[in-house]
Amino acid sequence: MPLLELKDLTVSYGRIEAVRGISLTVEEGELVTLIGANGAGKTTTMRAISGIRPLSRGSVWFDGRDISRMKAHERVLAGIVQAPEGRGVFPGMTVLENLEMGAYARTFKTRAEHDETLAAVYALFPRLQERRTQVGGTLSGGEQQMLAIGRALMARPRLLLLDEPSMGLAPMMIQTIFRTVTEINSTGTTILLVEQNAQQALSRSDRAYILETGEVVSTGPGKELLADPAVKQAYLGVA
Amino acid sequence: MTTTRIAETAPTAPPAPHLGAGDRLRLWWSALPRPYQWGIGVPFIALLAALPILRPPILTTQGTDFGGVLAQFGMYALLAIGLNVVVGQAGLLDLGYVGFYAIGAYTVGLLTSPDSPWNQTDTWLSRHWAWVFALPIAIAVTAVSGLILGTPTLRLRGDYLAIVTLGFGEIVRLLADNLQNITGGGRGLSGIAFPLVGQTPTRTKGVFSAGNTHLPLNFGTWWYWVSLALIIVVLLFVGNLERSRVGRAWVAIREDEDAAEIMGVPTFKFKLWAFLIGASIGGLSGVLYAGQVQFVSPPTFNVINSMLFLCAVIVGGQGNKLGVILGAFIIVYLPNFFLGRSDLFGIPIDGNAIADYKYLFFGLALMTLMIFRPQGLFPARQKLLSYGREVYVVARRAALAAAGRLPAADEDGAR
Repeated sequence: MPLLELKDLTVSYGRIEAVRGISLTVEEGELVTLIGANGAGKTTTMRAISGIRPLSRGSVWFDGRDISRMKAHERVLAGIVQAPEGRGVFPGMTVLENLEMGAYARTFKTRAEHDETLAAVYALFPRLQERRTQVGGTLSGGEQQMLAIGRALMARPRLLLLDEPSMGLAPMMIQTIFRTVTEINSTGTTILLVEQNAQQALSRSDRAYILETGEVVSTGPGKELLADPAVKQAYLGVA
Repeated sequence: MTTTRIAETAPTAPPAPHLGAGDRLRLWWSALPRPYQWGIGVPFIALLAALPILRPPILTTQGTDFGGVLAQFGMYALLAIGLNVVVGQAGLLDLGYVGFYAIGAYTVGLLTSPDSPWNQTDTWLSRHWAWVFALPIAIAVTAVSGLILGTPTLRLRGDYLAIVTLGFGEIVRLLADNLQNITGGGRGLSGIAFPLVGQTPTRTKGVFSAGNTHLPLNFGTWWYWVSLALIIVVLLFVGNLERSRVGRAWVAIREDEDAAEIMGVPTFKFKLWAFLIGASIGGLSGVLYAGQVQFVSPPTFNVINSMLFLCAVIVGGQGNKLGVILGAFIIVYLPNFFLGRSDLFGIPIDGNAIADYKYLFFGLALMTLMIFRPQGLFPARQKLLSYGREVYVVARRAALAAAGRLPAADEDGAR
């Protein structure tokens, strides 16, 4: 049984269908990527999975349960946590307060459990520890992305949704972020990643789906897709 | 967060930005030990309470009774605190807040005025304490009205919510104006109950009656004291809420509603709570109004008053509950200061005209403020919302240590 399954997922904005009947699965422990150009429906799919956007057809299944009607804040408790596109850091809160917001829905059995989670996030992103009293809005783009991911991890997700973590970042920072994503995945967290940076994303993911105008047009192991001439031409800028 | 880790690296934290006077005051206050805070706070409140007795010549209004002005300030302060929960804390723009003020006042009016068909005095409400008994009922009614307004409208955001609430404020006033058989329409409801206490031969109806005009302890002064006591209770309640999970949820919603939702905050529920709590406090202020003025009629609850309340919150500084009280003071006091005054420090002025144009002046002041100080005169601290005290103490130590006035922070630096 897959951890996440989308069955014929359709999401509309008014009369326009942004996502047209996507079906995909994510197995426990996998790193799966959605690749696609602007407007392909990647972010809409993510928002539908996290529950911010209602479905117009189809269903979302998580851990064998149909969660299509579940509210977004309840999905966090179920284990689906998103680091949203554009990072969604609370600008007026400090880094530490942002991280604490990540753990908002979660009840820690002991203080030590809380400290451990925080220490783990700090270990992953030492920069966040240095900046913990700084206000979220004054961080650099890369630091905000770290904070968005770190904040999501505070909830100890079973499925981590990452929406374009490389967006607007310097090449060095993109490398760091992708390395961390792989590291998070290697410790057992299932990840569904949305990316435009096809090269990086495909080379690091177990499987990938390619989206075009709201539909899945191709799927397969990341490295295979990377070698596919059609993918190369469309997404890697190689003729 | 372990305290030691903060202490070790505190001096390497980025330098604090330039602090304004308000920030410095807050820093100083936060760093004071609790007993000192009480030692300063209690005499300060006592001084505020003594204002209508002292009647300092610089402050005392000439055209209207100073006690009455202070009583009005008390009501507006409550309104500002309540509206601040909605606008400042949860970030929901409510332009119809006057509606809750009206519902609170009219509930007392309907229950205790002889003009009302639902008058309950001398039935199950004793004449002496009718106002006091009507108070919790009125708060409950306003809370429910907040729920009724919030449930359908809180699905809207920003401007859309503002417009719907604006409509609500007008609906309440129009109902009061047109339900003639119940509310008395434009004639209003008179003879509203007030607590019958402290009756003496010179004050035949007690200290709270509008007939008590004996200076300095006239009815305005007494109502000011009641509102001051209620403000303290409400401040303690709201302050505790701010520091709780509810307060953190409000801040998160204000900063980014979608992000709050995907952090597991039930945003709709908490927005509704903000509305309900704000409405109750507005209703409480309305109850005070009905008791003090002992008369309610629709023009008092005009939508322009909503703007005035909002002005108090914005001038004072959204999100800062003490700041908005100062905002309320400015809004109430300034027009009354000019009323009946023919000279200002020797310069001849037409005080009444200035007071008449108060909406013009407040409008100009608001525009000036938006350009030069959009956060308000006394803004809420932009950061350190939940760990304020703890982190300020550490930051202060670090700053002092850097200045060589204290040894570097020790192991329990964050305590």
